[in-house]
Amino acid sequence: MEPPTNPATPAHPPSPPHFPPAFVVLCGNPNSGKTTLFNALTGLRARVGNYPGVTVERKEGRLQGASADRPVTILDLPGAYSLSPQSLDEQISRDVLLQRLPDVPAPALVIVVVDASNLERNLYFASQVIELGWPTLIALNMADVAEKNGQIIDTLKLGDALGVPVISTVASDGAGVPELKQMILATVRGGEKRGSSKTLCDLPPALSREAEAVAQLPALRRHPALARAEALLIVSDEKFLAGGRGVYPPEVAMAAAAARARLEKAGVDWRSSAIEARYARLTAIQQSVVTETNADQVTLSDKLDGIVTHKIWGMLIFIAVMALMFLSIFTFAQWPMELLSNLFTWVGDWVHKTMPGGDLESLLEKGVVLGVGSVVAFLPQICLLFLFIGLLEDTGYMARAAFLMDRLMSKVGLHGKSFIPMLSSFACAIPGIMATRTIETPKDRLVTILVAPLMSCSARLPVYTLLIGACIGGVWMKSLTMLCMYLLGIGVALAMAWLFKKTLLKGETPMLVMELPPYRRPVLKVVLRHMWDRAKLFLQRAGTVILGINILLWFLVSYPTHPEIKREFAAKQAEILQSLAQKPRTLTTNELAGALDQLNADRDSALVQGSFAGYAGKLLEPAIAPLGFDWKMGIGILASFAAREVFVSTMSIVYSAAKHEGEKEQAHNQNLQKILAAQKRPDGSPVYTPLTAIALMVFYVLAMQCASTVAVVRRETNSWKWPVFQWVYMGALAWALAFATYQGGLLLGFH
Amino acid sequence: MPSASQPLTSLQIGGSGTVSQINLPPEHCRRLQEMGLLIGTHLQLIRFAPLGDPLEIKVRGYHLTIRRHDAEQILLQPK
Repeated sequence: MEPPTNPATPAHPPSPPHFPPAFVVLCGNPNSGKTTLFNALTGLRARVGNYPGVTVERKEGRLQGASADRPVTILDLPGAYSLSPQSLDEQISRDVLLQRLPDVPAPALVIVVVDASNLERNLYFASQVIELGWPTLIALNMADVAEKNGQIIDTLKLGDALGVPVISTVASDGAGVPELKQMILATVRGGEKRGSSKTLCDLPPALSREAEAVAQLPALRRHPALARAEALLIVSDEKFLAGGRGVYPPEVAMAAAAARARLEKAGVDWRSSAIEARYARLTAIQQSVVTETNADQVTLSDKLDGIVTHKIWGMLIFIAVMALMFLSIFTFAQWPMELLSNLFTWVGDWVHKTMPGGDLESLLEKGVVLGVGSVVAFLPQICLLFLFIGLLEDTGYMARAAFLMDRLMSKVGLHGKSFIPMLSSFACAIPGIMATRTIETPKDRLVTILVAPLMSCSARLPVYTLLIGACIGGVWMKSLTMLCMYLLGIGVALAMAWLFKKTLLKGETPMLVMELPPYRRPVLKVVLRHMWDRAKLFLQRAGTVILGINILLWFLVSYPTHPEIKREFAAKQAEILQSLAQKPRTLTTNELAGALDQLNADRDSALVQGSFAGYAGKLLEPAIAPLGFDWKMGIGILASFAAREVFVSTMSIVYSAAKHEGEKEQAHNQNLQKILAAQKRPDGSPVYTPLTAIALMVFYVLAMQCASTVAVVRRETNSWKWPVFQWVYMGALAWALAFATYQGGLLLGFH
Repeated sequence: MPSASQPLTSLQIGGSGTVSQINLPPEHCRRLQEMGLLIGTHLQLIRFAPLGDPLEIKVRGYHLTIRRHDAEQILLQPK
């Protein structure tokens, strides 16, 4: 430690003084270019997480160019149209701005991003935020677009009218960003004190008086500067107190109810008069600051919309876009997935070869490596889907897709935005469920999550292929059966969505009011950034659960170990080798290899049948016998609760389908199909009849046999309640419909 | 003499008018009002979706989608 240079200074090193990071909040309407501006301000390093208790993305970054001793943290709030929220996103924005979230500090500065080309509507939210009294500044974004549309905005005049500084920016090319940074630094350095709250709308006197009176209540004195704006929301928004989560004591609700009763008596519409007063003021401001150079011209975006939402062209474009997206997830993602899967098989083999055999080796090879592999295998699909969703959102097409599909989805009580998550679920329910975050209404989002895994995903395909190949004859019948499985999934999903909206999740759905934003050129960096954030969140949060479940299932099929079975087969192997040594040339090398492979397969089959999973299969048999399934299928079904495609590899172990060195996957599967078709019951009848196969497939269409989906639903609904409910309802449905299929088929004389 | 009010859905495509009445339950149309669709607001019907519902309107210079059965409750004085 250095000695003090000046005897007058205290013993502690004097400088630099350590400031905590200044906290700046960035907010604004959806589609105002807020995220692009956030990236321009913070560069590419930002922390992404969730707000506690909800699945709303929390994005924070350091302001680039701030000095190291006085860093500035910027929080990017989700887009909001008003302080009376309709979605979880908007609720979080409101709660941060009203200081109702305990782990978010008070902002030193609030930046409101305003879309200059849609000034009046954007100013609605901006003026509400300004009235909260935080040090505020307006980033007037996309002034270039406004000019192209024939509107020139006087920023100085706008600043005067709003009482806060206004800085013109074009976030997509960085114009105005340096000025904005300077202004942020100047404000947080200056430590501007909060003033009293401003008023930007002239309320009817009676409403104004009532709001003042509520603002005087002791419960609102926590943040005196916020009190007036908060009081106005308390009086005029009946849902405001319900969302307060115990922040407000009961006397506030009583005061609000009394105030509303008095206002109604006086003939003042307490719901809408504040909105009307605000818009009256905003219209006046807009007229005084905007010079129209070319009013009512048709923009390029309008012309484009004429085609994209056209009755025929619009539908064709929509189908083409969806087909491209679906094919990408379904086909193109297979390449990197196969690469990853080969990589993990290779690592597993390497572990197998380098480690001494035993429990630890088995855990590493079959539990950890394969488990990590099955987590990472989802990445290509997730990345591709979010690349598409990012592009669709940022170009403005997402809203058009919802516009086109809303009528179809509203038939079962859902929103047009549910279409893309449902479609993606045909490839994989994981990205599909993650994509439901684009649905604003929490109930619609939940219903979409609950039914999305009913869509036949790519993991069911190997199961369908195996069973159809083994039991259904004729190309036409094979294709028809496959098609029916897909249709069954869609039909049940729509029916369940309708049922959930009618029963469990009924109640008022807010009316559809959706903006169709102008088409924009997406910023690739922003889209890629979003894709990476989602992938990272998936790996961190869902990955650990998926890995855990895989290890558990490894345990169930590997224990108890049966040393006697292993000894028995080792003895048989020694016997073969010995007899060969005595009488060489009785077997060719190939025949020997085949015999040894078959012996290994028989041993693995015996081991699985003696494992916990094997016992469970037998225990389960009475429950699945009415569906036409035997206990061996039971083992397959149980193992499939990790992932459906595990059915194929499990069946191959159970029926000891030997896997020969260098054998192609396809040849092995065809061999397995033959083995299945040849299975006989004790009475000599075949086990895998067409009816059994169809009942088994029906079960696979409907049951939620995917640990990863369970983990993601847990993540996305933030509770165990919904994944457990979903698992149970889908399981019950699977059992009931497989039962109906099998027993109905028997009654009709099929077998 | 002003012509009688007519529902938004009966406008010609491209036709416009001024909102004279909103017959929706007040607790449901808060968001509609906050998006700037108020009594006295000028709006234009742009198009219906290819499947006939919902519809697109232009209000305060931007585009908004609402469903047909809600739009039927919004009455206009046509221009």
